[in-house]
Amino acid sequence: MRIAAVTALILLWVSRAVLAFEVEDHITYPAANEGSVLRIISTADREAFEPIIAAFQAQHPGVKVEYTITGTTSLMQAIAEEEAVFDLAISSAMDLQTKLANDGFAQNYDDAETDHLPEWASWRNQIFAFTQEPAVLVVSDAFFPDGDAPRSRDQLIALLRENPELFQGRIGTYDVRQSGFGYLMATQDSRNSESFWRLMEVMGRLDAKLYCCSGDMIRDVANGELALAYNVLGSYASSQQNGVDGFQIIEFEDYVNVMLRTALIPETSPNPEDASKFIDFLLVFGQNPDLVLASGLPAINPSVLHENTALRPIRFGPGLLVFLDKIRRDNFLKNWESSLFQE
Amino acid sequence: MKFHASIRRRLFFQLAGVAALLSLTFFFVVRGVAERAAEGTQDQVLAASAIAMADSLRNEGGGVTLDLPYSSLSMLGTVGQDRVFYRVAVSGQTLTGYDDLPVPTALPQPGEPVFETLMFRGDEIRSVTLLRPMGSEANRAQAFVTVAQTREGLETISRRITTLATGIGAGFFVLATALSLWAAGSALAPINRLTGAVTRRGPKDLRPVTAETPRELLPLVEALNSFMGRLRASLLRTEDFIAEAAHRVRTPLATVRAQAEVTHLKLRKPEHKQAIREMIRAIDESARSAGQMLDHAMVTFRADSLLREELDLNAVVEETCDRLDPTADLKDIVIHRDLPDHAVSFQGDRILLQAAVMNILDNAIKYSPADSDITVSVVEGAETSIAVTDEGRGFADTDLSRLVSRYKRGANVGDVVGSGLGLTIAADVAQVHGGRLSISSNKEGPGACVSLLLPR
Repeated sequence: MRIAAVTALILLWVSRAVLAFEVEDHITYPAANEGSVLRIISTADREAFEPIIAAFQAQHPGVKVEYTITGTTSLMQAIAEEEAVFDLAISSAMDLQTKLANDGFAQNYDDAETDHLPEWASWRNQIFAFTQEPAVLVVSDAFFPDGDAPRSRDQLIALLRENPELFQGRIGTYDVRQSGFGYLMATQDSRNSESFWRLMEVMGRLDAKLYCCSGDMIRDVANGELALAYNVLGSYASSQQNGVDGFQIIEFEDYVNVMLRTALIPETSPNPEDASKFIDFLLVFGQNPDLVLASGLPAINPSVLHENTALRPIRFGPGLLVFLDKIRRDNFLKNWESSLFQE
Repeated sequence: MKFHASIRRRLFFQLAGVAALLSLTFFFVVRGVAERAAEGTQDQVLAASAIAMADSLRNEGGGVTLDLPYSSLSMLGTVGQDRVFYRVAVSGQTLTGYDDLPVPTALPQPGEPVFETLMFRGDEIRSVTLLRPMGSEANRAQAFVTVAQTREGLETISRRITTLATGIGAGFFVLATALSLWAAGSALAPINRLTGAVTRRGPKDLRPVTAETPRELLPLVEALNSFMGRLRASLLRTEDFIAEAAHRVRTPLATVRAQAEVTHLKLRKPEHKQAIREMIRAIDESARSAGQMLDHAMVTFRADSLLREELDLNAVVEETCDRLDPTADLKDIVIHRDLPDHAVSFQGDRILLQAAVMNILDNAIKYSPADSDITVSVVEGAETSIAVTDEGRGFADTDLSRLVSRYKRGANVGDVVGSGLGLTIAADVAQVHGGRLSISSNKEGPGACVSLLLPR
C-alpha cells in the first residue's frame, strides 16, 4: 500500500516533469542597480539576443533580464497550457504567436512605437514584428561554382529532374513535422504556388535529407555533403556566411516568403511595463546598425521590400490559424509524407 | 406696460430647439443605419466563412472530414483584426476547432444560418452556425459549422461613425443656430423699421404712420393711426375752442374798456376813479391773456404746415420793438436795440417769429420795474440768437426748464397778473424752426435774459 502510494507520487512528479515545457537554455543578465525583473521566453539563440539585451540594459539599467530559450512549440505550450510566468514571448513562429493572441493569451500594448513600422508588422496591438527574415535556398560552391544556381522554383524542379544522379541524396530541407519554421514555410509555399507539391515529389524521389535546424543544413551544404538546401532561414545563413565558406544564398525570383519574428506580452505577465519598454526597444533597434550587425537579426525595413518585389512578408491574421487546425495539419503532413517518402 | 420675453429671443430659442431636436434625430438615425450596415457586413462575412467551411466537408471512410479552406478564416481578417473562433461538429462530436464554442440555442435548419451575439472567453462575439447534412443514405449525420468573431472592429467602426455623426450633428446644430439667429433678426426687421419710424417722430407729430408695414402688423398700425387721428382731432378742437373763446372774449372786453374809460373821465370821487382804474387794468390783463391764447393757438396751427419764407431777423425784431415801444413808455422803460448793421437772413414764418419776440419782450416789460432798460440784441454765432435782457426781478429759484410749459409761471410773480403762456409760445416757435429757447439770469446785474436760438 505504501509502495503503491509512493509509486503514484513518483509517477505524478514524473508526469508533471514530462508535461513541463522543454528549456534549452536559461541565462540571467543581472542589472547594474536592480529594480525589476524582465522574464523573456524566446526562440532566438543566445548569440543573437545577447547584444540586444546588453543594449537594452544600457538604456534601462534597473532591469534584470532572465532569458529562457526554448522551441516554438514549447513556447506556445508554456504560455497557453502551463501558465508559465513570463513577461515577454519572442518567437519566430508567427502562426503560433497569432494563435496565442487569438485565443486570448496576449495583452494589449496600445502605445507601442509603431509609427515608423508598416501596417503589416503588427496585429491587434498584441503581436509586434521586429525582424523580417526570408526563407532562402542555400547552394554549395562545389556544385554551383559559377553562379549558375537556379533562380526560381520551376528552374530548381527542372534542374533536379534533369540530373537525378547528381542530386540523389544530396538535397536537404526542413522536417516540417519537427520544425515550426519549416512547417510555416511549407504551408505558405503550398498556399502560394502549385509547384510546391511538385518540388516535394521531386525531392522525395531524390531521397531528400530532412533537418531540424537551419544550422545543420548550412553546415552540410558548406562542407559539400549537400548540393542545396531549400527553405533555410536567410538571416541565419547570412550571419554564418562571415565565418563559413563554401555556400551561396539564393533568394528566388518568383517569390520569397518572409518570416517576421515577433514579440508579445503574455496575459499573465507580472511586469508588462518593462515588457513594453523592451518591445519599444525592439521596434527601433533597426535604427542602430551596429546592433543589427551584432545580433544578425535583420530589422523591419520596408525599403528592402520595395527593392526586391519578390519578398513577401507573411501576413498576420486568422489565415495563419488555418494550418494549425488539427485535421488540416494532419492532412498536410500526410500529403507531405506521401510526397517525400516514396517506397 | 408689462414686459414680456423678447420675440426675437423666443423665436431664436424655438428655432434652435427645433435644430437641436433635428440634430439629435439625425445623429441617432445615422448611427443606427450605419451600425446596422456594419453589423450586416460582419454577418455576411461570417456566413461566407461558414459556407466555405461547410463546402469543404466530405465523407471519408464512413466518417466526415474537411480540409479547412485557407480563405474561410483569412477572409475574416479583411474586416478588422478581430479574434476568430470556429467549430465543426458532426453528430454532437467536435471534429475540429474550439470545442468550448457554445452551441446556438436555436438549432439551424439547412440553408438557414443562425446568428447569435454572446460572450465567449471574456469577449462579446458574433457567431453564425449552419447545418449541413452529411453521410451516406444509410448513415446520415448532421454537421454543424460555427464561425464566430469578436466585435472589436465593429466597435471601432461604431466609434468612428458615432464621432462622425456627432461632428456632423453638432456642426448642423451650430449652423442651424447661427441661421436661427439671423432668421430671428431678419423676421423682426420690419418691426424694428416700424418702431424706428414711430420713435423718430417729434412729440407733436400726429400724422398717420406710413412706413412699410408687414401684413401681420397692419391692424396694430391702423389702430395706432386711428388713435392718433382721434387725438389730433381732439387737440385741434381744443385749440379751436380756446381761440374761439379768446376771440369772443376780446371784442366785448374792448367795448367794456372803452366804456370804463369814459366812465373814468366822468367820475369825480377819487375812490371811484381808483376802482375804475383797477377795472381797466384787469380788463387789459384779460385782453392780453386772450391775445396770448390766440397766439398759442395760432402757433399750433401754423406749425403744422410751417411757412419758410426768406426774411430779415433785424427787421422782425425792429418791427416788434416799435410795436411795443408805446407799452414800454407807459412804464418809462427804454427798449435798446443792439442789432448788426447788415440784414440777418433766416428762413421761417414771419408771423410766428414776431409772436415769439413779442411775447418775450412783453414778458420783460411786464416784469421790469418802471424807469429801467431792456436790451434786445441779435447775435450771429453757431446759432442766431435773439436775446432780450431786462433789469427786472429775474426768475429767482424757479426751475427754468418748467417755465416753458404751458400755464407755468415763475415762483416770484404772484403779484403780477399773467397767463403763463408767453414763454411757451416762444419755445414752441423756436422748436418748429429747429431751434430752442434759452432762459438764464442777466449776467450784468439783476434781471433775466431770454434768448431765442435759431439754427443758421
